[in-house]
Amino acid sequence: MDEVLSVAFLTSVLAAAIPAGTAILYACLGELLCERAGVLNLGVEGMMLMGALGGVAATLWSGSVWVGTLGALLVGAGMASIHAVLTVGLGANQVVSGLALTLFGGGFSAFLGQDLVGRPVPATFGDLAVPVLADIPEIGRILFRQDALVYVSYALVPLLWLFIGRTRAGLRLRAVGERPEAADAMGVSVGRLRALYVVLGGALAGVGGAAISLGTNPGWQEGMTAGRGRIAVALVIFAGWNPLRAALGAYLFGGVEAGQFRLQGAGVPVSSFFLNMLPYLFTIAVLVLATREAARRRLGGPAALGRPYAREERG
Amino acid sequence: MNGTAGDERDGRRRALGARATRRTVVRGAVGVGLGLSVVVRGPRVGAQEGSPAGGGEPIKVAFVYVSTIGDMGWTWAHDQGRQGLERNLPNVETSYQEAVPENAADAERVIRDFAQQGNRVVFTTSFGYMDPTINVAEDFPETTFVHISGFKTAENVATGFGKIEEPRYVSGLIAGRMTTANRLGYVAAFPIPEVIRGINAFALGVRRANPAASVQVVWTNTWFNPQQERAAAEALLDGGADVIAQHQDTAGPQQAAQERGVYGVGYNADMSVQAPEAVLTSPIWHWDVFYTQVVQQVLDGTWESNQYWGGWKDGLVDLAPIGPMVPAEVRAEAEAEIARFKSGERDIFAIFTGPINDQSGAEKVPAGAALTAEQLLGAEMDWFVEGVEGDIPEM
Repeated sequence: MDEVLSVAFLTSVLAAAIPAGTAILYACLGELLCERAGVLNLGVEGMMLMGALGGVAATLWSGSVWVGTLGALLVGAGMASIHAVLTVGLGANQVVSGLALTLFGGGFSAFLGQDLVGRPVPATFGDLAVPVLADIPEIGRILFRQDALVYVSYALVPLLWLFIGRTRAGLRLRAVGERPEAADAMGVSVGRLRALYVVLGGALAGVGGAAISLGTNPGWQEGMTAGRGRIAVALVIFAGWNPLRAALGAYLFGGVEAGQFRLQGAGVPVSSFFLNMLPYLFTIAVLVLATREAARRRLGGPAALGRPYAREERG
Repeated sequence: MNGTAGDERDGRRRALGARATRRTVVRGAVGVGLGLSVVVRGPRVGAQEGSPAGGGEPIKVAFVYVSTIGDMGWTWAHDQGRQGLERNLPNVETSYQEAVPENAADAERVIRDFAQQGNRVVFTTSFGYMDPTINVAEDFPETTFVHISGFKTAENVATGFGKIEEPRYVSGLIAGRMTTANRLGYVAAFPIPEVIRGINAFALGVRRANPAASVQVVWTNTWFNPQQERAAAEALLDGGADVIAQHQDTAGPQQAAQERGVYGVGYNADMSVQAPEAVLTSPIWHWDVFYTQVVQQVLDGTWESNQYWGGWKDGLVDLAPIGPMVPAEVRAEAEAEIARFKSGERDIFAIFTGPINDQSGAEKVPAGAALTAEQLLGAEMDWFVEGVEGDIPEM
């Protein structure tokens, strides 16, 4: 038990929590943007899978991980544009469209990726030590000996937080998610903005897939996201639609995943079934709270989330 | 394809004595997607035209798979076997269906369809297909059914499984020589007899090569979850292990070992493709050997129901090529041992011949005695040999 409470143990857990949480973090930030605009996207898992495959394919083609990441981003955006057309353009049910895209992404990536299974990728995101910072005791190992996509996510989290809360564009984003009719009256194009954020969200989900297929687990394997897209959707609610809390949630999940095996090694009996259940348990707890309108307001859930907007129904 | 924490593959209840409901348990609340996903993906049936050179009606052979052929793991290995069967016997036409759930309704429907389509042999490749196979076989007495990894037979139903512990033992010999920390790690899926047997065989090999070494086990409770398997390996590496073995379907643990500049032992496929600097070798399956033998017997009219448990001598199990980082003397020692297994001089019973102590140091198998097939395959396999660190949780 002493082993568990040591600084070395905590450092090791936290250093592993960050890469384990990064793929989920990207997907979660994408979903957060999309939901802030008032559109629920349950297709994240499918978009991550397609992104993971797109990343591997583009890296094999170009030899560069950054081209690979761009590929993942575009594939994720492409998948999300289907969701945008269906739900924003045609006003289709967001839940049905999202679930369909998860199934479609799973099957289609398996189909397209048949010849890529087991192919080694020529370049991957290896760990980069940040000069000076990496030498800070403990903190350096936890934060600054990670791969490039992790560093990008460090920047993305505060930027998105500032963007949503402190900019005019962020205000318009919140408006279309909260009161689309008011935004419309202000002259904001609700449909166009919503579609934009759905596509941006899908692009981030695609990058989340690449964080696995080019980062922690290089190469393509069917179903390799193994449910992380679903966890990302759950975490958005846990995070109360706040990017900073999303990062906390993603790293918490990563920490639980990394920590459980270290606890096993230290002889502390924890059931991984129980731990795997936790994100959903949190989400259910938050959802139960959110059924009360007042609590939901406090949580920050977009008021128009899941509701298609049609101008003639305004008022 | 979808689902949390690799649940889809978790259901592979292929081990003897495994509890029949594991899949359901693991899948938990989020498994709703599966039934749908199969429908959407549709039956992906790959059929090849019979070779014209063979002449006459080709014999039709069908395979029922638990996950998809791109998993690079269990089902991938079976599909390699299917392709090998087509190469070995020219006049065979095969078809398969992937991601068939292990419940009675789905599995029986798929197996029945294959039987009705005139397949003369149907292979069902996961533990959970045992009862569905037996049930359908009753209605198709002319069709031959072979169930992988189960224990129920009938007039027209045989079983088949392999002694993968033989190559696991030799991989342990190599790993025991390659460790400098005298600490090895083992990323294990579920605490069931099949996995425990593999850990014990590996540890017996390790300890024969290096009596000072220990093998630390962590359980992931998933067959397939790339990031989680990697995280498990990293925990072992942080604990000081410098060789990572695995009973998992992805190369995540091997990739973690490679990143730390240490070694590993893969499984199912030659994982040196994904982690060339780390992978010493990988215990692998050659299902084509077994499939070809069964189909040939059916063609010859000599097939009869049995319980087949093939080993290295039969060619069903093997080691992938030993990596270039293994020094010549270790390689020579391993190759000599491989030759003994291939000739049949040694086998799984030789591995499990006493004296063998359990974790506590108490004698479990007296000198000269060997565990029986029943003790190896059944629920009695619930203990670790000396040198293994870790608990076996209750499932």
